[in-house]
Amino acid sequence: MSVGLNHYLFLAAVLFVLGLYAVITKKNAVTVLMGIELILNAANINFVAFSRYTDTDMDGQVFAIFVIVTAAAAAAVALAIVLNLYERLKSINLDEADSLSG
Amino acid sequence: MITSAILILLLPLVAFIIQIFVGKRLPRKGDWVSTGAMFAALALSVGIFIDAVAQYEPNNVLATATWDWINFGPVHVTFGFLIDNLTAFMLVVVTLVSSLVHLYSIGYMHGDPRYNRYFAYLSLFSFSMLGLVLVDNLFGIYIFWELVGLSSYLLIGFWFEKDSAANASKKAFITNRVGDVGMFAGIMILFSITGTFSFNEVFAAVADGHVGGTLLTVAGILLFFGAIGKSAQFPLHVWLPDAMEGPTPVSALIHAATMVAAGVYMVGRTFVLYTPDALLFIAYIGTITAFIAATIAIVQMDIKRVLAYSTISQLGYMMVGLGTGGYTAGLFHLTTHAFFKALLFLGSGSVIHAVHTQEMDEMGGLRKKMPITFWTFLIATLSISGVFPLSGFWSKDAILASALGFGMTHPAHMPIFVVLLLSAGVTAFYMFRIVFLTFTGEPRDKKKYDHAHESPLTMTIPLVVLAVLSVGTIWWGWVEHMLVKPELASYGSHVASAVEHAAEEHGVAHSAHTIAMFSSVVVATLGILLSAVVYFWRKISADAWAEKLKPIHTFLWNKYYFDELYAATIIRVTLFKSRLFAAFDLKIIDGIVNGTGRLTAAFSRLQGSIDLRGVDGAVNFVARFVGYLGSQLRGLQTGNIQAYIMMALFAVVLLFVFQQF
Repeated sequence: MSVGLNHYLFLAAVLFVLGLYAVITKKNAVTVLMGIELILNAANINFVAFSRYTDTDMDGQVFAIFVIVTAAAAAAVALAIVLNLYERLKSINLDEADSLSG
Repeated sequence: MITSAILILLLPLVAFIIQIFVGKRLPRKGDWVSTGAMFAALALSVGIFIDAVAQYEPNNVLATATWDWINFGPVHVTFGFLIDNLTAFMLVVVTLVSSLVHLYSIGYMHGDPRYNRYFAYLSLFSFSMLGLVLVDNLFGIYIFWELVGLSSYLLIGFWFEKDSAANASKKAFITNRVGDVGMFAGIMILFSITGTFSFNEVFAAVADGHVGGTLLTVAGILLFFGAIGKSAQFPLHVWLPDAMEGPTPVSALIHAATMVAAGVYMVGRTFVLYTPDALLFIAYIGTITAFIAATIAIVQMDIKRVLAYSTISQLGYMMVGLGTGGYTAGLFHLTTHAFFKALLFLGSGSVIHAVHTQEMDEMGGLRKKMPITFWTFLIATLSISGVFPLSGFWSKDAILASALGFGMTHPAHMPIFVVLLLSAGVTAFYMFRIVFLTFTGEPRDKKKYDHAHESPLTMTIPLVVLAVLSVGTIWWGWVEHMLVKPELASYGSHVASAVEHAAEEHGVAHSAHTIAMFSSVVVATLGILLSAVVYFWRKISADAWAEKLKPIHTFLWNKYYFDELYAATIIRVTLFKSRLFAAFDLKIIDGIVNGTGRLTAAFSRLQGSIDLRGVDGAVNFVARFVGYLGSQLRGLQTGNIQAYIMMALFAVVLLFVFQQF
């Protein structure tokens, strides 16, 4: 059995779900960020896989590079936010960051 | 000329305004303001008078001035001044008596708590009276007519703390009202036909035959109603004796010399309007008035009341003069009467000032104590009695001649002359009764007699001036030349043909004059002699005769029961009517008004509850519902980012699920 598009899509889906699970359940803000990275990489796998198996030149692969770059920038911003959050709450437990509660 | 006329009118008005507002704070309480203004007006009036005399033309019109007053569609009302010989005469009479009374009042009213207000009212009166004399139209005369009535009311009730004075002022005002309603109706009849108030235009309309016949008679009689009220003619004479409650100088100025003569002046001014029938009416009213008042005066004991009845009687004479066609005679008597009657009142005021009573019972023998007052009073008494050569002789003689002439051409109307002649004798009798009771004999009240003294100079100077003017030889002749009866013949044949008043026809006039003169001298002498026999030599006891003629005496003492008659009839009916209307007002009108009010209030309350429950309820329900919804939904906004993501995930899953179907 050769490896096809569906295998990649399946891997990406598993990765996305794992990331989503981390984002939803973890209390630690840094762990949540790591979940987000997983989700982004799931998307990247999809981009690259579709690029390889469909007739779309290199568009998907270039897009994956962009995503990696923006993910790095986003991670930097997100970490800064987490740092500020810590300054404010002396904790990075997301359950405590609920000042917008209605 | 017009400028000085306006000044004459404005001077007293300005004095009134100054006095009423700041008089109290001026030195001497400002009596000099009013008095000065009056003397200035006197000087100006004398100027006009001298002009009139210098021209010496009959019924000369010296100046007129007219300007538009009210322009209202087709209605044009003009206002203006008319200065002719009659006006010039009246101006001098009014300003002279008024300024002398001002001067006199300084002494008489000395120390009165409302001193400045008294002078303010005097100025107001002078302004009104001068306006009445100066205006050239019926509307203006009506306005000033009411103004003199108002100032008369204010001055009669000047000592309003006394109930009698307050009542007298009300009586005067209301009685005058009755006459004024007639006058107003008369003016309106003339206006509705001619469309103008101006004397000249109305007269011209009469001359053209525009107005005439019965309507003109009615208009004339209605106009004369005003004079009946103001000049205290029968049957509206009842207010004048009561008006004596006012200060005596006021009685002299308003209720003897000027205001009461306004009726005579008005009739003289509008003389050409009166048809023969209207003139006859005037003559008879005058005759009745002259006789009734003279007889009442015989028995009264209050010195001012006697003089008041004497005034009424003399005003009756003037009316007879006018009514019988003696235009000159009536107006001449007005002039002479103004002076000698003012003198009589001021003299009586001087006496009252000295003895502090008005009852002749408590006087007597004052001749030695008050020589100036006595001599001037005597001159005036001789004058009013008609003794040659004093002024009253000339003017009364003229009236009697006019009445006799009228009687000779219309024998049916001879009683007018007879009654007047009789009244002349009565006049002499009661006037000398005053003199004898007051100034001669033994003092009947020793204490008051000892207290008496001659009045101060400010009071005696006016007496002397008026006494000089009461000497008649300076009057007759040239007055006759200057105040000539208006040429009735030129005012339409329907008026002229019937007016053949005989005094103007030479033959009759001459014999009438001679007869009238002799008979009037005879009755005056008889009256004076009788008076002397009763009250000076005391040969006949007045009390005994009063006892013998008890019914007549009582009848006269109670003034023919006029007051009682009016109280029992007119006043009672009026009060009954008033009470009826009051009840109607209270029960029905007020009931309707209150009912409407209550209904509206009930309706408002209903509407209010609908507003509160219904409208407000709906609004509040919406608000409360939205609030409830919000409070229920706020739980979703936890602020926890992971919860949001969970919800987003849930929603996406739902979306996918729904997409499958």
